[in-house]
Amino acid sequence: MDRALQRRLIEAVARTVIAHADELTALDRQIGDGDHGLNMKRGFEAVLAQIDKIAGQPLPDALRAVGMELIMKVGGASGPLYGTLFVTLGKELPAAPTLADLERSFAKAIDAVKARGKSDVGQKTMLDVLAPVQVALSSSGEGLAARIVSTAAAAAEATIPMKAVRGRASFLGERSVGHMDPGARSSAIMITAIVNESGA
Amino acid sequence: MANVGIVIVSHSPKVAEGAADMVRQMVGDSVPIAYAGGNPDGGLGTDVGAIKAAIDRAWSEAGVAVLVDLGGAETNSEMAIEMLSAVRQKRVVVCNAPVVEGAVMAATESSGGATLEAVKRTAEELMAS
Repeated sequence: MDRALQRRLIEAVARTVIAHADELTALDRQIGDGDHGLNMKRGFEAVLAQIDKIAGQPLPDALRAVGMELIMKVGGASGPLYGTLFVTLGKELPAAPTLADLERSFAKAIDAVKARGKSDVGQKTMLDVLAPVQVALSSSGEGLAARIVSTAAAAAEATIPMKAVRGRASFLGERSVGHMDPGARSSAIMITAIVNESGA
Repeated sequence: MANVGIVIVSHSPKVAEGAADMVRQMVGDSVPIAYAGGNPDGGLGTDVGAIKAAIDRAWSEAGVAVLVDLGGAETNSEMAIEMLSAVRQKRVVVCNAPVVEGAVMAATESSGGATLEAVKRTAEELMAS
C-alpha cells in the first residue's frame, strides 16, 4: 500500500478515536467503568507520537506496530482486544492487499479478538460491529463503502437492546440493556474513519 | 528454595501495593511476591509491561500464580504472559479468585512448598464457597 495513504489511514483512525474520547467515556460510564475513551485516547496518542516510524514501514509491520502500541499503552482490556485485532491484521494482510485479502484477514482478526476476550457475537461487544462489517466486505456491487459505513453504524445501534455477558458491563446484567456498547461504538467510528479517508 | 511466586495485579496501585503488604506479613520472605497496579500513566487501570515486569520479579522455577481484580486486569495479564518465553509461559497461571483473599491463600499455600497447581486450586477454592 502507498505509504502516504497508509499514514493518512492510521492518522485518521487515531484522530477520530481521540476526538470521540469524551463520548466513548460517557458511554462507558453508563455500563462500564468509564475509562474506554481515555484509554483508547492514550493508546492512539502513543501511536501518533511515533507515526513516522510506524507508518514508514510496509503495511503488515505498520499494523503490528499499531497493535503493539495499543497493547502496551491503553491500560484496559481494550488494549489487548484492539491490539490483537491490529496485530492479527498485520500478520494476515500482504503489503498490497486486495479486497479479498481484507475480507479473509478481517475474519481471522475477528477470531483472534473472540479468543482474546473469550467472547462471541451477540454479547454486546465490539464483535457485534466487526462481524457484520466483515460480512459486508464480501458483498459485491456498487456502493460498498457506503454499505460498510451504514452497516457499522446500524450494528453499533443494535447493541443498545443487547444484554452484556462479557466484560465489566456484565456485572450490570439487565441494567446494561438500553445503552450502546462503547466498544461497538469505537469500532464503528474507526471503520468509518478508514472508509472516509480511503475515499473508496 | 523454589516456592511458587505470587503476582498481584490491580487497577489501583494502592490496592496492589496494600495486598502485597498483607501477603508479605503472612509469609515473610519465603515466597517471591511482586505487584503491578495502575495504567501506564499511573491512573486506575493495568499495564501489560508492568505486569510482565512483575512476573519477572516474582519468577520462580516452581512457577508464578497471578491474582487479578477486574476484567481488564485479567485480559492484560493474559497478554503479558503471552509475551514471556515459551518455557516460562507454561509456568504462569491466572487464578480465578478474589485478589486480596486469593493472594493471601495462594501465598500461604506456596510457603509450604506446594506446586503451582495446588496454589491455584487453593486460591480458587474461595470462589466455590
